[in-house]
Amino acid sequence: MALIRTAVTDAPLDLAGEFAGVSNGRADVGAVVTFTGLCRDEDGRLEALELEHYPGMAEAEITRIATLAAERWDVQALTVLHRYGKVTPGEAIVLVVAASSHRHAAFEAAEFVMDFLKTHAPFWKKEHALDGSTAGWVEARIADDEAEARWNKDA
Amino acid sequence: MKLLYFAWVRERIGLTDETVEPPAHIGTVGDLLGWLRTRGEGYEAALVEPEAIRVALDHDHAEHDASIVGIREVALFPPMTGG
Repeated sequence: MALIRTAVTDAPLDLAGEFAGVSNGRADVGAVVTFTGLCRDEDGRLEALELEHYPGMAEAEITRIATLAAERWDVQALTVLHRYGKVTPGEAIVLVVAASSHRHAAFEAAEFVMDFLKTHAPFWKKEHALDGSTAGWVEARIADDEAEARWNKDA
Repeated sequence: MKLLYFAWVRERIGLTDETVEPPAHIGTVGDLLGWLRTRGEGYEAALVEPEAIRVALDHDHAEHDASIVGIREVALFPPMTGG
């Protein structure tokens, strides 16, 4: 049974701490894959991204996605953390840490979590421009729907 | 029934949430969106393209033909952009 840890937080994400959390003191973990999604400045245009979320559902949906991944791949631990509130360029928005005996399960579980999180976890990004111009909502990408759909084809 | 709005749906309607009692003939998500559009300019601006609206019923994603009978919380929002 995989150790699943999920959180939605307004505090900075600690990659080193989360890595240690799934690997320290364990001899059964042979592979740890980490994915970190960072806030970009969009060629110097952005001051920050503001992440709105649906409290209650966001946590539930991330836990549901992590649980699906842990059922599908043989992972020992799976951590999925997501920020809300204002995030500045260079800061992490999302962190996925997958630990398994062998690398394939860890790679695939992490990628599956990200693809489903993009299309199912209720978060929305609003841009805050450096020049103070009107902030706009980031639009969803068709490519994200396609990335999710490929996991269903070989299900 | 409690309604929650997020992102530009929230901004256009001008509310984060409200409690409503739709008429008895409003049975599906699609019916609800159509009824809400009659409630004012902000609603019309938010819901003018219903196909752009994503819906969650009591925290579960749902299609527009889903029944809202017995549902306590309906959330309306644009396609998600987290991650």
